[in-house]
Amino acid sequence: MQATSTQPREADEPSAPDPPPWSSRSWARARADIREGIRRRELWSHLGWQDIKQKYRRSVLGPLWITIATGAMVMGLSIIYSQLFGQELEYFIPYLTAGFIIWQFILNCVTEGAETFIANEGVMKHLPAPLTVYVLRTIWRQCLMLAHNAIIYVIIIAIFFWALNPQYYMVENPTPEDTLMPGINVQVLLAVPAFFLLLVNATWVVLLLGIVSTRFRDIPQLINSLTQLAFYLTPIVWSPDLLGKTGKGLSHFVVQFNPLYHFVNILRAPLIGQRVELLNWIVVIGFAVLGWTLALFVMRNYRARVSYWV
Amino acid sequence: MVSIDVWNASVDFPIFDAKTRSLKKAVLGKVGGKIGTDSRVPIIEALHDITLSIKEGDRVGLVGHNGAGKSTLLRLLAGIYEPTRGAARTVGKVAPVFDLGVGMDPEISGYENILIRGLYLGMTRKQMQKRVDDIGEFTELGDYLSMPLRTYSTGMRVRLALGVVTSIDPEILLLDEGIGAVDASFLDKARDRLVDLVKRSGLLVFASHQDELLFELCKSAIWMDEGHIVQQGTLRDVIGSYKGKDPFANMSKEALERIGESPVLTTKSGEVP
Repeated sequence: MQATSTQPREADEPSAPDPPPWSSRSWARARADIREGIRRRELWSHLGWQDIKQKYRRSVLGPLWITIATGAMVMGLSIIYSQLFGQELEYFIPYLTAGFIIWQFILNCVTEGAETFIANEGVMKHLPAPLTVYVLRTIWRQCLMLAHNAIIYVIIIAIFFWALNPQYYMVENPTPEDTLMPGINVQVLLAVPAFFLLLVNATWVVLLLGIVSTRFRDIPQLINSLTQLAFYLTPIVWSPDLLGKTGKGLSHFVVQFNPLYHFVNILRAPLIGQRVELLNWIVVIGFAVLGWTLALFVMRNYRARVSYWV
Repeated sequence: MVSIDVWNASVDFPIFDAKTRSLKKAVLGKVGGKIGTDSRVPIIEALHDITLSIKEGDRVGLVGHNGAGKSTLLRLLAGIYEPTRGAARTVGKVAPVFDLGVGMDPEISGYENILIRGLYLGMTRKQMQKRVDDIGEFTELGDYLSMPLRTYSTGMRVRLALGVVTSIDPEILLLDEGIGAVDASFLDKARDRLVDLVKRSGLLVFASHQDELLFELCKSAIWMDEGHIVQQGTLRDVIGSYKGKDPFANMSKEALERIGESPVLTTKSGEVP
């Protein structure tokens, strides 16, 4: 047996380098995590798609069930609520369809975002990967769900395209400026930046909620208990002009101070030929800036703690 | 240059759901890291003041009781845990093989698992597709690769995991004890490949309770106990003081020949007889 030179050395031997200035809480490390996470596109896109395939494994229709479930939900809700609120079906179905699909996307980003790291507990302790990978995996899974649901939207719009023409006004004696439903025209392209803004917001939500929920396990429960309420408080199965008739104050309060309304409406309005309010853009962009600031701060301080907390 | 350096690193786990009533028992227990009681949230000091430096070409064994901190140390080296105090730096492409049940999806096929594991370890999809045949051949799993992973035995999972990490040219291999589950003939093959990998460019850290495996794969060793490093040195020395007897005394002649060691007890410092 020979004394080998490859044995671990004591730190006080001259060969050992000096410790680098070390801190887990640094912007550079948070930035590196995000950059590296985005770079590993093949990993998170594969995992996101795997999640969906996994859920519908061995079922004959597979992920098509997402489309079917949403379709059934949308039709049922449309019929019930159009009757309840005395709405005309041909306007109400596209309105509810678009709103419901967007709502599902937002809701799943929030609820599954809170579980992002908790759900990946096993693999996080066994394979090193940037936190951002799991965030993007969750977001990508929601995008794929949205794509499946978008089929419903396309079908509904194809059927009710004729009905989405300018007839809806929130004020008496409307001028062209007040036209809320100019119909589906080139403005539908506004859906692209709107969706991009939703994605930007979804990412900070998943990142922030994911980290905070890993430490405080009450948060996912809290969110789950509030989702039903949020669904009915947000104009999805009802439209704000319904409130406008009975009480402007209530309408103003419930709708304008409900950030979820702005997130839904910024994408729904262009999709069903309505005018996007400037306030929608302001609120959504404002949330993106504020949220990312907060998320980056949490990322900097607690990124390294997540693997201890899961 | 591939290297791992750790400076006075500690790893403290906060245990949020532990009630304090069982603390007394836990503190007095012999197994596991030291449990701190001063803060409101109980803390397990899984690693305490670890300082080590591992260079390219090193093959290090980790020995110690259950709960001595071997797996935690491997995770620290892998970058999964960043030290709560002190510093750690790992330079090189890390490929860990830890608990074999985790990080693999039991419902999808072996091929898919190979792909996902490869992607986790920083490979691209194309690179992995090129290696799939090689991995299939090396692991001798053949048609089983298209079966869901839940149909695999433990040994087959180990084969798969080892097949992936050895095929992607990693620089730093971190192995936890699970790999002992494979049969002798495969272990021979795997050992050649692992040693070869380390020779080319890399280092290996391997935690195990099986002396023979350790001697097959490692040259030097670290003895861990209660989150501390008790001893670092050549494998024979460390195992000798850990077990309190010369590790070669009970080994078969064949095993000794295979690892190229003499059965004769040498001087304490481990010089060539």
